[in-house]
Amino acid sequence: MENPNAPAMSPRMLPKKKAGPHLFIKKLVQQRTLVFMSVPFLVWLFVFKYWPIWGWTIAFQDYKPAKKFAEQTWVGWKHFEFLFQDERFFRVLRNTLAMSGINLVLGFVTAITLALLLNEIRRLAFKRLVQTVSYLPHFISWVVAASIIQSTLSPDGIINELLIRLGFIAKGEEILFLGKGEWFWGIFGASSVWKEVGWNTIVYLAAITMIDPAQYEAAEMDGAGRLKRMWYITLPGMKPVIVVLLIMNIGNLLESGFEPQYLLGNGMNVDFSENLDIFVLKYGINQNNFSLATAGGIFKTVVSFVLLFFANNVAKRMGEARLF
Amino acid sequence: MADTATMTDGQRASTGAKRRKRSYRDSSLGDRIFDICNHTFLVCLMIVTLYPFVNTLAVSFNDAADSLKGGVYVWPRDWTLENYTYVFNEATILGATVISVLRTVIGTVATVFFSAMVAYTISRQEYVLRKFVSIAFILTMYFSGGLIPTFLLVRDLGLINSFWVYIWPGLIGVFNLIVIRSFIEGLPESVIESARIDGAGEFRTFISIVLPLCVPVLATVALFTAVYQWNSWFDVFLYNSSKVELSTLQYELQKILQNSNATASRTAADAFASSGNGSSNKVTPLSIRATMTIVAAVPIILVYPFLQKYVVKGMMVGGVKG
Repeated sequence: MENPNAPAMSPRMLPKKKAGPHLFIKKLVQQRTLVFMSVPFLVWLFVFKYWPIWGWTIAFQDYKPAKKFAEQTWVGWKHFEFLFQDERFFRVLRNTLAMSGINLVLGFVTAITLALLLNEIRRLAFKRLVQTVSYLPHFISWVVAASIIQSTLSPDGIINELLIRLGFIAKGEEILFLGKGEWFWGIFGASSVWKEVGWNTIVYLAAITMIDPAQYEAAEMDGAGRLKRMWYITLPGMKPVIVVLLIMNIGNLLESGFEPQYLLGNGMNVDFSENLDIFVLKYGINQNNFSLATAGGIFKTVVSFVLLFFANNVAKRMGEARLF
Repeated sequence: MADTATMTDGQRASTGAKRRKRSYRDSSLGDRIFDICNHTFLVCLMIVTLYPFVNTLAVSFNDAADSLKGGVYVWPRDWTLENYTYVFNEATILGATVISVLRTVIGTVATVFFSAMVAYTISRQEYVLRKFVSIAFILTMYFSGGLIPTFLLVRDLGLINSFWVYIWPGLIGVFNLIVIRSFIEGLPESVIESARIDGAGEFRTFISIVLPLCVPVLATVALFTAVYQWNSWFDVFLYNSSKVELSTLQYELQKILQNSNATASRTAADAFASSGNGSSNKVTPLSIRATMTIVAAVPIILVYPFLQKYVVKGMMVGGVKG
């Protein structure tokens, strides 16, 4: 209809030409059932998702919960300046980046490897069994997972027992794994892999099913063995999915998770387990320093947003599917 | 996806049956070594995944004092139901179980119904607010107010120490909305039109025509939501930690964890026993923790084989248009 060269319109379409507020309201009344079915949730959305953005203002105030908005003192960038001079904030930032980096690399490598290995299994019953078992930890809560991980790593847990049996450590010298700060990142990485590796293979296995079987047959004729076929056909077949997921994860670099660090963290490993989310929680909720905590939260959201746009642009340049 | 995988494998096997079969049988030594290594590795992986669960289960059914001696691996040495009797005689745990079930049921029903309703409205091509509503929802995928502003909002709304804080903030997820909308848009238009001709209004059409047709996708969303609701503990901790009647199983388990974290070693056991909390030698923190872990995980373990099927399918639907 917007095409000016369009042939004469049928009379029925003519009224649409004078689209305006009047017609809009008329339509709204006509479609009132649909309006009643969706507008209440638009209000819900506004209250719960958009309204908190207004709460960002308290990062620029010395917020006192008892006072009204008009009575708050405005302090400009004070809290942000404090953050960027705070040693603790930098340690927290380091931990966040380290853990999300570990998670990213380990997560990708293990999931891709497992998908490759699963794809080589011919017995379908066995393949399905492995899949079902490996999905299990994904569905349980981090609380349950943390409880299980804690008892596995405890001084009388199975890991210490194995180390004793194998003669690596003597009885009575059990290692307090979660008490060693510098080991926390490794424990975190291993726990995340244990919980998510099976689940993460789903998308890769789906990508593998899209590969043309003729390619394998051709490679076989050319004398390519099992490993060569995995390396030269299956892996490149997964490449588009891998690239898209990698890009998506760049936007999550500051999202190193909250639950595992909070649940497995303790006084002995706090220097390595405390990340941005825990920092916000401790300052905000525990110490009632809402303004500083909000500043930390804003920092995280803004950086993530920028990273996401950056990633999206990279994807566009590379000619891969964009995310939005 | 698992289904697609099997189908493709099946087809592959049947089309090239003869050739394939021969090539497997006559597989080279290297091939066979690879297969053996691969199978062994995957079996080890399954053991590593499952052992911690099995061990926890064994400890939960083992006599508490006996467990402290160590050496309980995959099977209880000294069978007892004492741990479970103790746990379920605690008023707090019983209450927490009720709240966990309630929030899972109410939260799931509300989320599924209302998400489907909004999804239906934005699937109607003629709806004037269609674009506006869709964009308003989709935008929220890319930002969030963050922890503190949300906390202050919930406080200002008077939802602290209230059951409804489990339901309201997460009522409609954008991902669910997109998944259901794609599904509704895939339904034949004629079904909805025929309802119109029969004189059904929008709401009637939604309830009696669209909703029943959406059962497969709604099952996916319901299972997703139910797992989320059952597993949540952070909202309990943040908003309702001062009201024990609103505690949930996951949060009770988290408190136990936090306690043992504070003492961080097996002295936790002694502390617990001497504090009088344990009341007797019948239970120990170790056995209670194992039992609570199982109680908090069992519903998930029972439903997840079904989840697997539906959720994998749902991910595909969402992926197409998401």
